[in-house]
Amino acid sequence: MVISHALGARIKRREDPRLITGRAIYVDDLNFAGMVHVAIVRSPHAHATIRSIDTTAARRAPGVVAVWTGEDVKARCGPLPVGPRIKEMKAPKRFPLVIDGVVRHVGDPVAAVVATTMDAARDASDLVEVDYEPLPSVQDPEAALEPGAPILHQDLGTNVCFRMTYGGGNVEEAFAGADVVVKTRIVQQRLIPAAMETRGVVAQYKGGELTVWTSTQIPHVVKTTLAETVRLPEHEIHVIAPEVGGGFGSKLDVYGEEGLVAALALALGRPVKWIESRRENFIATIHGRGQIDYVELAAHHDGTVAGLRVRAIADLGAYSQLLTPGVPTNTGLMCCGCYRIPNAHAEVIGVFTNRTPTDAYRGAGRPEATFLIERAMDLLAAELKMDPVEVRRKNFIPPAAFPYKTPTGAVYDSGNYERALDKALERADYRALRDEQAKLRKQGRYLGIGIATYVEITGLGAVAGLSGGNWESATVRVEPTGKVTVLTGTSPHGQGEETTFAQIVSDRLGVPVEDVVVLHGDTRAVPHGVGTFGSRTTPVGGSAVYVAAEKVKDKAVQIAAHLLEAAPADISTDGARFTVRGSPERSVEFKDVARMAYKAYKLPAGMEPGLDVTHFFVPKERVFPFGTHLCVVEVDPDTGEVTFRRYIAVDDCGNILNPLLVAGQIHGGIVQGLAQAIYEGVTYDDEGQLLTGTFAEYVVPQATDVPAFELDHTVTPSPHNPLGAKGVGEAGTIGATPAVVNAILDALAPFGVKDLQMPITPRRVWEALEGNSASR
Amino acid sequence: MLIKARINDEWREADVWPGASLLFFLRETLGLVGSKNACEQGECGSCSVWLDGELVCSCLVLAAQAHGHEVRTVEALATDDRLHPVQEAFIQTGAVQCGFCTPGLIVAVADLLEHDPRPSETIIREALAGNLCRCTGYAKIIDAVKIAAGRMQK
Repeated sequence: MVISHALGARIKRREDPRLITGRAIYVDDLNFAGMVHVAIVRSPHAHATIRSIDTTAARRAPGVVAVWTGEDVKARCGPLPVGPRIKEMKAPKRFPLVIDGVVRHVGDPVAAVVATTMDAARDASDLVEVDYEPLPSVQDPEAALEPGAPILHQDLGTNVCFRMTYGGGNVEEAFAGADVVVKTRIVQQRLIPAAMETRGVVAQYKGGELTVWTSTQIPHVVKTTLAETVRLPEHEIHVIAPEVGGGFGSKLDVYGEEGLVAALALALGRPVKWIESRRENFIATIHGRGQIDYVELAAHHDGTVAGLRVRAIADLGAYSQLLTPGVPTNTGLMCCGCYRIPNAHAEVIGVFTNRTPTDAYRGAGRPEATFLIERAMDLLAAELKMDPVEVRRKNFIPPAAFPYKTPTGAVYDSGNYERALDKALERADYRALRDEQAKLRKQGRYLGIGIATYVEITGLGAVAGLSGGNWESATVRVEPTGKVTVLTGTSPHGQGEETTFAQIVSDRLGVPVEDVVVLHGDTRAVPHGVGTFGSRTTPVGGSAVYVAAEKVKDKAVQIAAHLLEAAPADISTDGARFTVRGSPERSVEFKDVARMAYKAYKLPAGMEPGLDVTHFFVPKERVFPFGTHLCVVEVDPDTGEVTFRRYIAVDDCGNILNPLLVAGQIHGGIVQGLAQAIYEGVTYDDEGQLLTGTFAEYVVPQATDVPAFELDHTVTPSPHNPLGAKGVGEAGTIGATPAVVNAILDALAPFGVKDLQMPITPRRVWEALEGNSASR
Repeated sequence: MLIKARINDEWREADVWPGASLLFFLRETLGLVGSKNACEQGECGSCSVWLDGELVCSCLVLAAQAHGHEVRTVEALATDDRLHPVQEAFIQTGAVQCGFCTPGLIVAVADLLEHDPRPSETIIREALAGNLCRCTGYAKIIDAVKIAAGRMQK
């Protein structure tokens, strides 16, 4: 859909020339004279007391400039943010290094070695002698709830961080009166976000200003919180997110290393650099998912759902990071999916375990919600011997019901779930697929058709208490020559908003896209902002740009009217030129208006000079993209191997600003979602050692592992922002995991296999079939 | 030890630690930061370069192995005013997102098309299996390879 010449058009990314030539500058590409390098000594134990740390040998090693332990951090650093604060949450303070003498996961940072080269720092870090007394550890979140389980944070006296409940209606009554109840226990395995660029921080204290370059999604939040962590006034801190090589939520955090490197730069008076190794990225950057969900769905014989009961136990890992509790609570909020479920109850329990902390990873609680309800709907269909499509159709929230409030408290803005489903079915030729499936089964071949209809939530705000709520900033500045500079508080790191935001301005002001530059990620250059996460950048950040551009246009019209000696209401414009209606000879060019805007004596009395507007956009409500994903697989019962036959995604993200970029978001999202279904999973041993610690053991999909995609859209604009956009960064991930798993279990239905643990590897399929061999 | 190698058609020399990788030599010593360090163990392909015309992970090759040899990096592909057809195709199809894996992929694709000007989709996927991309899902990269192949034959 093309909204205008610029908005909705398939415009090539303006970011690409610097990226494809290797000229883009990421944190690791920064080098300064006199720079020193940091290596971090990390706990090899999941849980232990530190008896002593001996840094003598490390300090004497060649090139070593400083060695810090928790004592140094205690003397120099305040805490790191822990949040978001939710009701009755118990969470320990975090610091850049362990300061209380207890390590709580493999990878917990114990000491930092600073040296003149990276190699010297790493070599010397091996010489730091830490004497640990191992403690019993707890790996499983359910085990952590048991009486007598090892307690991670003694001062809290419990491993429970929080308990939240969501729901409404009368669930007990609904279950008592239902004809059927299906139940399942789902293990949402931990995932490693694995952005291709690991984290990295460079800090320099010079001329009374601390500059921190960090690979982050939220430079403004880092700036505000660093003020407390390094005890420096905020106006003396300058944070820059340079080119950032992917995040997926893993850089939506304020990490200890950001505080540590900044504090070292202050203390040493030299530029300091820390680049995370891939091994560290797997143990010290947050993990995603990690949830055990008990799901019960009650229904009537005709397939109408009567009630839903969910108990979600979230594996938070050792600490609450910036947003940790906000992830599983999303699951409670969104567990009703696309369905009118009158009675629902969800209990969400956040539990500390001796593992790497979890936090937001692409989808952040919505993939878990979608998965549990979409699996339950398939189980219900099987129980009632109904087609999975019909069960869904029967329970969809109808288009006329929007805005629709779920019993769990979410208010869906707009939707037409059946239209997206129908489009996917039509594209797939669903009936023919079912016929083919029946035919192939007779030949001993097992085709599976999986459907997932999802609704998710985007446009979430920042951290309560830190940078405030759900808003974003933008400045649109028309320079005196008519060229336009846009400043955004979002912090894109691959999504392409340097292009889409230029399109918005081009659409509003009529200037060519090439005449607009979009700047982001530098807290000295752009107004205070929130960042890029939760599929919020376009609906919230883009809307800020839209409104700022509108205000610029209004002022330009007033200036033009003044210059043309006409009333503003009589001015018409195509962007390039302002004309008095009915008098085409009386006109002025946009660039002349821009020039005059900076000449105070040319302006109407009382008007401020400049053509430069900053707007902080606050959306009315959150927005809810939706869609249907349909996956066709073939499972080889002899090897357990799953082969993709087709993958169809019909997504509705409201109005589409640039189809090229939207497709890219969906493709990448689907691959991360299908990876959870069949490839990726974090494995720990009983002692809390990570067994999937490299790309050799942790299977990030390669080009050979993924299918071709067939994409389509429906367009249901959101009423909550002027773009009518809903956000698309996570939709693919949310739809894909249940679509793939439903497809595999559909293929295995003749064998009586009802559930399989993700990732559904060939071995797991094969073992399940062996266990059910009687039915073959 | 003193390393002298012909890098992007220019002889360069520098003193490096004997254990230094070619990637370290390129990035830290010569300032050619286009090749990326993403895994340090040859799993991801982000550091792909040519050594005597052969595609290698520069993190797995010692700088010393390049002594007296020819190295080409992503920086050599675009001339002042002209992108390489593979780079053009990546822009056209939207094959770039965060860009971190992209230089390695550009090199790997250019290498593929030098050896096989008309690769099938299966061959393309196999050839790129050594390059991890976490953003794009590969679909647009594969489209870009097909487009570049078509253009380079003309």
